[in-house]
Amino acid sequence: MNASMTATETPRTRITWDYAPAPESSDHVRLRDAYGLFIGGEFVDPRDGRRVASINPASEEPVAEVAFAGEADVAAAVEAARAAQPKWARLPGRERAKYLFRVARLIQERARELAVVESIDGGKPIRESRDVDIPLAAAHFFYYAGWADKLQYGVAGRKSKPYGVVGQIVPWNFPLLMAAWKLAPALACGNAAVLKPAETTPLTALLLAEIFQEAEVPAGVANIVPGDGIAGAALVRSEVDKVAFTGSTAVGKDIQAALAGRGVGLTLELGGKSANIVFEDAAIDQAVEGIVQGIFFNQGHVCCAGSRLLVQESVAEEVTAKLWERMRLLRVGDPLDKNTDVGAINSAEQLERIEALVAAGEQEGAVRRSIACELPERGWWFAPTIFTDVAPAHRIAVEEIFGPVVSVLTFRTQAEAIEKANNSPYGLAAGIWTDKGSKAFEVAGALKAGVIWQNTYNKFDPTAAFGGYKESGFGREGGAGGLRPYLRVS
Amino acid sequence: MIRRLPHVDRIGIEERAAWLGKRSIKTSAKLQGIRLAVSMVDLTTLEGQDTSGKVRQLAAKAVCPAPTIPEIPSVAAVCVYPAQVPVVHAALQGTGVHTAAVSTGFPAGQTSLAIKLQETEEAVAAGADEIDMVISREAFLSGDDARVMDEIVRVKEACGDAHLKVIIETAELGSYDHVRHASMISMEAGADFIKTSTGKAASGATPGVTLVMLEAIRDYVERTGRPVGMKAAGGVSNSKAALHRLVLVKETLGDDWLTPDRFRIGASSLLNDLLMQYVKTQDGRYGRSEDFSKE
Repeated sequence: MNASMTATETPRTRITWDYAPAPESSDHVRLRDAYGLFIGGEFVDPRDGRRVASINPASEEPVAEVAFAGEADVAAAVEAARAAQPKWARLPGRERAKYLFRVARLIQERARELAVVESIDGGKPIRESRDVDIPLAAAHFFYYAGWADKLQYGVAGRKSKPYGVVGQIVPWNFPLLMAAWKLAPALACGNAAVLKPAETTPLTALLLAEIFQEAEVPAGVANIVPGDGIAGAALVRSEVDKVAFTGSTAVGKDIQAALAGRGVGLTLELGGKSANIVFEDAAIDQAVEGIVQGIFFNQGHVCCAGSRLLVQESVAEEVTAKLWERMRLLRVGDPLDKNTDVGAINSAEQLERIEALVAAGEQEGAVRRSIACELPERGWWFAPTIFTDVAPAHRIAVEEIFGPVVSVLTFRTQAEAIEKANNSPYGLAAGIWTDKGSKAFEVAGALKAGVIWQNTYNKFDPTAAFGGYKESGFGREGGAGGLRPYLRVS
Repeated sequence: MIRRLPHVDRIGIEERAAWLGKRSIKTSAKLQGIRLAVSMVDLTTLEGQDTSGKVRQLAAKAVCPAPTIPEIPSVAAVCVYPAQVPVVHAALQGTGVHTAAVSTGFPAGQTSLAIKLQETEEAVAAGADEIDMVISREAFLSGDDARVMDEIVRVKEACGDAHLKVIIETAELGSYDHVRHASMISMEAGADFIKTSTGKAASGATPGVTLVMLEAIRDYVERTGRPVGMKAAGGVSNSKAALHRLVLVKETLGDDWLTPDRFRIGASSLLNDLLMQYVKTQDGRYGRSEDFSKE
């Protein structure tokens, strides 16, 4: 307080101010107690599958019971897709588009409900499911609906036809959005699909199945069969013409091995250890904000998360100090509170993985700091964490943690930044922070990464292609390039 | 003074500022936030038609904004042209509400330094507790940082014990880089507060500008340890905008700055909207603007 002011000041009572809890209402959500498998346009009971409860990771309470597909169920779904596909492919593109536009509009109409369910089932903050996941899912359907009658322009005038039946396996970090990334282009191109949502987050995909029903999408064009690894492996082995997988690199390698020599198409979107590079001439405060968005968005459960922070040594101290101060403002807790920044870790299994890698980081001698925040007693949580004094050889600098943990490394020159950024088995995304345009373009050209953001991070748009190099996979999703994985071009 | 030219990324800063506008402020947080905002208002009238009658009425409103709602505090200050200072000073005697005077050839600042100093000295002698000066945009835009700084130093001297707020008139500076630069110059020169605008320019305390200045303060305090306040003036005309500014303060400088000693909102029409929203939050019904006195 300034002395000059207190001199004339009559004492006032200090008014303290904090945000009151602002829970998003879930009254409007109409979840069924149990969901079957969505095969041939109907919800059906599993033949050889079982019923499993989907768990809310913020409370460990069951949300709804979901049928998990067995091998016979997956075969039935593929059969239904096979039966529906020729007629779907023969429809004029503009007719397929009408269905997809309808799906997009229905997603918008049920946006609030989908957002709440996404947060309950997966643990992500309602602010993100409301402002990012659901609007982007609708946008993807709108975008690829627009392509359905313009496919020849998407493949530069060459002839193309759909693959046929595609098997699609999506992860638990963006359940509805990843389903949209997979289904929208596949269907627009005239394929029929069998989609397997992730084990821990099947609910919004099942609501999407309801939306397909409501939109009167022909039965069998899109089949949605929740399940675990058993269903996933069955889908890969089944009579599909193409497999599209988003998930871990380990599983991606298994899939590629399983498909070798079978003439089945494959695209993989796998893990990453993406470099977020901050140069000394960056707008530092905005870079700090970008680092935060890059690693703490969706609890760090993001394949392209900026988990490897490379900071020029001359500003490293300033950047890490500011980053730490900013991190301390993160509000961790109830995913349904509109002011929550960081929600729950998706599963007990994932929490274990994060804890193990963080322990390894401490053992190897990196300096760990986690913000002091009150974590709820039930559910799975991990406080936002920063590692400094990280060496490129440390496991936390190499392996994907997939949690709210950022590893800070330093570099001295532009050349060293490029060398360090590319020194990774992965090549999914990168961020470049500099106020100097020429430098940004030079560095972007030298980075081996599928997506490069300049002075921003984690920005997604249906018009922009997304995908990786090296162990981050191959194939692109989004944009005109996103049509290719679902078309045979001659 | 050697320092790196501070860059501000326009898209990044506006995104962050807009993002903070999405904080959900409801129920008790809204009531408390509105009370806090009222306590930070510099109730302002800066018109050629201001008379002693008008400013006396405004002073009464400042001391007791809503007689029917006793928990609503007084505002922080009444802000007027220097000629009205004696009247306001007399009306506010013993109330705890400060008298603030705009000075230094407000709003354009296109007079000589001698006149600026004399105007400031007179306002202080007449009882002004706070002086709101304008920087010379003429000097700043022609690159003469030294003159901008020197003027602030001299006016600060002329203020004596009075508190100095330095208006950088963001709308005339042309970029966020300049806003940050002018904020730094003002603080280095001894400003007690930095202030966005005169209220006479095309725009004022937009969320982006407010955030840039708050970040500049944070960095200055970090380096020097001397706390500097901020006044958001111009364009903050309703409760939602005011609460948005408080969120910016809370999540940039922290709770220590959520006090009228460190943060002010300069406004003329904001106060009654705060009162209406307060009543609405309490009983769930929108009132009429006629429920509260205009001044």
